[in-house]
Amino acid sequence: MQAFEYIPATTVNEAIAILHQQGDQARLISGGTDLIVQLREGRRKPKIVVDIKRIPEVNQLSYNLIDGLTIGAAVPCYKLYGSAVIKETYPGLIDAASLIGGVQIQGRATLGGNLCNASPAADSIPALIAHNAIAVVAGMNGERHIPVQDFCTSPGRTQLEPDEMLVSIQVPAPRAHSYGAYLRFTPRNEMDIAVVGVGVWVALDDTRVVITAARIALGAVGPTPLFVNEAGASLVGQPIGSQAIEKAALIAQLAAKPITDMRGSAEQRRHLVAVLTRRALDSAIARASA
Amino acid sequence: MDSETLEQVASADISVENRHYKVIGSRPIRHDGPDKVTGRALFGADIRMNGLLYGKVLRSPHAHARIISIDVSRALALTGVKAVVTNADLPTLESVVSRVGEGSINWRYLSSNLLAGEKVLYHGHAIAAVSAVNPHVAEQAASLIDVEYEILSPVITVDQAMRPDASILLDELRTNELGARGSTPTNIASHDQFQRGDLDQGFSAASVIVEREFTTSTVHQGYIEPHNATAIWGTDGQITVWTSTQGGHDARRQIAEVLQLPVSRIKVIPMEIGGGFGGKIGIYLEPVAALLSLKSGNRPVQMTMSRFDVLAATGPTSGSVIRVKMGAAQDGQITAAQVSLAYAAGAYPGSPVGSAMSVILNPYRIANVQVDGYDVVTNTPRAAAYRAPGGTNAAFAAESVVDELANKLGIDPIDMRLINGIKEGDRRVDGPISRRVGYIETLERARSSPHYLSALSSPSSATCKVGRGVGSGWWGNWPGGTSSVSVVVNNDGTVNLIEGSTDIGGSRVAMAMMLAETLGIQASDIKPMVVDTDSVGYNDVTAGSRTTYSTGIAVHKAGLKIIHEMCERAAQLWNVDPGTIDYADGVLTSGTNHIGFKELARKIGDGDGNVVASVSISPNGEGVALATHIVDVEVDMETGKVQILRYTAIQDVGTAIHPAYVEGQLQGGVAQGIGWALNEEYVYDAQGHLLNGSLLDYRIPTALDLPMIETVLVEVPNTTHPFGVRGVGEVPIVPPAGAVANAIANATGLRMTILPMSPRHMLEAMWAQAK
Ligand SMILES: Cc1cc2nc3c(=O)[nH]c(=O)nc-3n(C[C@H](O)[C@H](O)[C@H](O)COP(=O)(O)OP(=O)(O)OC[C@H]3O[C@@H](n4cnc5c(N)ncnc54)[C@H](O)[C@@H]3O)c2cc1C
Repeated sequence: MQAFEYIPATTVNEAIAILHQQGDQARLISGGTDLIVQLREGRRKPKIVVDIKRIPEVNQLSYNLIDGLTIGAAVPCYKLYGSAVIKETYPGLIDAASLIGGVQIQGRATLGGNLCNASPAADSIPALIAHNAIAVVAGMNGERHIPVQDFCTSPGRTQLEPDEMLVSIQVPAPRAHSYGAYLRFTPRNEMDIAVVGVGVWVALDDTRVVITAARIALGAVGPTPLFVNEAGASLVGQPIGSQAIEKAALIAQLAAKPITDMRGSAEQRRHLVAVLTRRALDSAIARASA
Repeated sequence: MDSETLEQVASADISVENRHYKVIGSRPIRHDGPDKVTGRALFGADIRMNGLLYGKVLRSPHAHARIISIDVSRALALTGVKAVVTNADLPTLESVVSRVGEGSINWRYLSSNLLAGEKVLYHGHAIAAVSAVNPHVAEQAASLIDVEYEILSPVITVDQAMRPDASILLDELRTNELGARGSTPTNIASHDQFQRGDLDQGFSAASVIVEREFTTSTVHQGYIEPHNATAIWGTDGQITVWTSTQGGHDARRQIAEVLQLPVSRIKVIPMEIGGGFGGKIGIYLEPVAALLSLKSGNRPVQMTMSRFDVLAATGPTSGSVIRVKMGAAQDGQITAAQVSLAYAAGAYPGSPVGSAMSVILNPYRIANVQVDGYDVVTNTPRAAAYRAPGGTNAAFAAESVVDELANKLGIDPIDMRLINGIKEGDRRVDGPISRRVGYIETLERARSSPHYLSALSSPSSATCKVGRGVGSGWWGNWPGGTSSVSVVVNNDGTVNLIEGSTDIGGSRVAMAMMLAETLGIQASDIKPMVVDTDSVGYNDVTAGSRTTYSTGIAVHKAGLKIIHEMCERAAQLWNVDPGTIDYADGVLTSGTNHIGFKELARKIGDGDGNVVASVSISPNGEGVALATHIVDVEVDMETGKVQILRYTAIQDVGTAIHPAYVEGQLQGGVAQGIGWALNEEYVYDAQGHLLNGSLLDYRIPTALDLPMIETVLVEVPNTTHPFGVRGVGEVPIVPPAGAVANAIANATGLRMTILPMSPRHMLEAMWAQAK
């Protein structure tokens, strides 16, 4: 590990100013559960590490029926499932937040860090995409909003400019009878990286028989988490049932671009996309019809 | 008590059946427990001293390459760097093979494994090491060493290595073909065989024959504590080494050989050890740290491995290809078995194929057999011992075939093993006549266990299937080697027990209990301690399930000597003949005189010469171990994931000295065996790069992957040990992979012939079957 300078920033502007001056010599740290590992393994060699955990904006966690959910970039996972209302309203996000690492990791790890680290296998990103989340980003020229589905550009890379930072993630307020679900497949029951992850979100009509909207996103089957618009769209107007679900699963499977690596083979991943899409849809629909 | 009675007591103690013990079989708190749970126990990486330097190793990025040149000038120029060492700093050694631990070692190969000579033979092979004022500078300096390579094509699996056109790892290697030296360069280091009876006749007497080929992956012991060594090469030429090792004396001997120094120049201080499982017998860092110290102005140098170093350059045990053909008659009698095993030794000869050749069929009485074993070098780390070396993969193959035969004949799998199981007086497949062993007892206890009598639970979802499997295992143990102990009676009546067997599995408390039982006092009045190599006689490694057996005999003998001396002292006190003194339950009696052990110790005090005893022994007994395991699994037919629902390990443990630690050994062995069965494997790319050198991607089971492992201790005392001890630590890892495979077959009809039976391999097998 290379020696670095540690700067705890106290405002968004201070953090951005350091990024602006230092360019890729500086790196933000939130929970540090990705960054510290990368520093120790020499995979990143910043000269300056800027801690954002003392900045008020990135610690906010709020929910209301109009604005929906705001998750500050430095809010650790355990705070999400520690809130009864978030747990009840967004179980699909909780599925992901409570899978990342284990209890100890969740005390530190943030969804913001998970998103900015931009791993193709990151657990929260497919769930956030399925929930139509927006990344709120601050830079020298003010704030901009990037849909999470467009945020990642390749493994470890995002749309963020070198002097921009993620401030928060906005998740829309839920429509009636709408719920999400996230499932991943791992050979072990914990401490493992998704071989495939699938995030879904569905909305049902008032009779809870017909699907009125749906979104499906995949993890670990492409260079970035994949939003599969056609898969969700195929469900719209369909009565809930195995036929519609099978079809959506098949579309998702065709959209996957998996590779073979030490965590799984391309064939295995393609196969699992269909299995997990079906299971995740079953789970979200069960939640929405309850 | 005179010496003649002493001898009688010693031999009388060998009749061990139905003995009633006071200490043995109880569960006292282990002496090292409080320090371990409060974090005070000192491990090798905890050593701090004035002027300490830190060493780092440069490792090969290639699996197979010739080293053209090494330029260390940029590293030496870095501020804070003290010294660099390479293979050129090690003495050139003859090619001589010696026994080390349970296996054997060629000193020249050991030396070039420490720091590569002409060639690097695996990804992660050490090339050079640097000492510097802190680990970061050392790491940076290592990256500044310039090495020029000629890259060669690698062979990773035994199949690749055995091809006639395979790239050759060791130019001088010739096959030792049944004792005769081959004439052409090869990667096959040896071919051994044992054979008995008439195979053709045996197979023609069979009404069913099953023949299968099994492939198993390279796996690692997965000890939590990485290798470490701290060394000072003193200005007086004396070397002191603090390290994590399974045997201080064996480490000393290896260091002495590779540095070509007399053992008296080296003192090894074995620290607490965070797991070894066979992987901490061979040395990796010790002489390198010593040489760095020598070249760094005699300052102490500490080296610790990263997890990648541990996985890429230490440990693993052999990947293998095993063929089994077995026939059985209608009544279930196995009539013939033909087996061939090819084991990957890694970079240098010495896979555990020899012990695998015994393990594979030894639970059974088979008249017509042939077993062939091949030791094959590959561009993977040099194979090290791993708990019942070679056994898990061997038993996976044989137990799968026995299960299939039973199925075909419609015989219950436990009955099948009862029909063929080895008993006292039977000839083992590997030659010797079997002594009293408790195999049949494990099978009977398995059959009557609550687990086997219970119904399978129903599947947790429509896509899942459940099944039950049984598997057995044999392990030879190593009831020998040298053990030395010293015992000192303190003037407060407590007793110091000084040993050199490093304590990996709770052996200190077991030794204390055996001494307490012998002396008739409490285990808590014994202070067991593992000391450095200068402070006790020679001790072979803690390995081969030998320590509680062999060191236990030494402890018992030392206890008898102490009793003898205490009787002498009491005789002086009472002015009676020592022969009139009776010693029982820690009380000495002669006529109306009687005195307790503690009181006598206080009376003796320190003024009249202490009561002390030293013993060094090299027993040559026997004490094979056998086990039968039952496992229930659930298989998700859509994902291929196997969940272990219930597991029971039944084992002949001889006498359980401290039952909690015996149960712990069984549970630990099963946990590791399930790792072999389900997910552990080295993943290499085509160039031979290790892709999963971290505990995130090398998937050892976590607590959530295992149920509570139930244990049944069957006690059939070993007649060659005063308390009936047999080694218990290794055999529990032998049956699991076979038992799990049989459970999967029972659930799904799918006969897995590959380890691990990971979700990916399961899906591939299902797809192949569907075709
Ligand atoms: C043992 C272990 C298990 C794990 N298991 C999982 C798992 O199951 N699933 C999973 O998805 N991940 C897992 N991870 C990875 C990691 O925990 C998650 O990705 C986590 O969500 C990262 O959050 P963090 O706050 O710790 O990120 P950090 O490490 O603080 O940051 C991650 C990256 O994002 C950048 N960054 C952080 N905040 C911002 C910001 N506001 N603006 C711009 N850039 C920013 C950092 O510079 C860094 O490059 C695991 C990690 C460990 C160590």
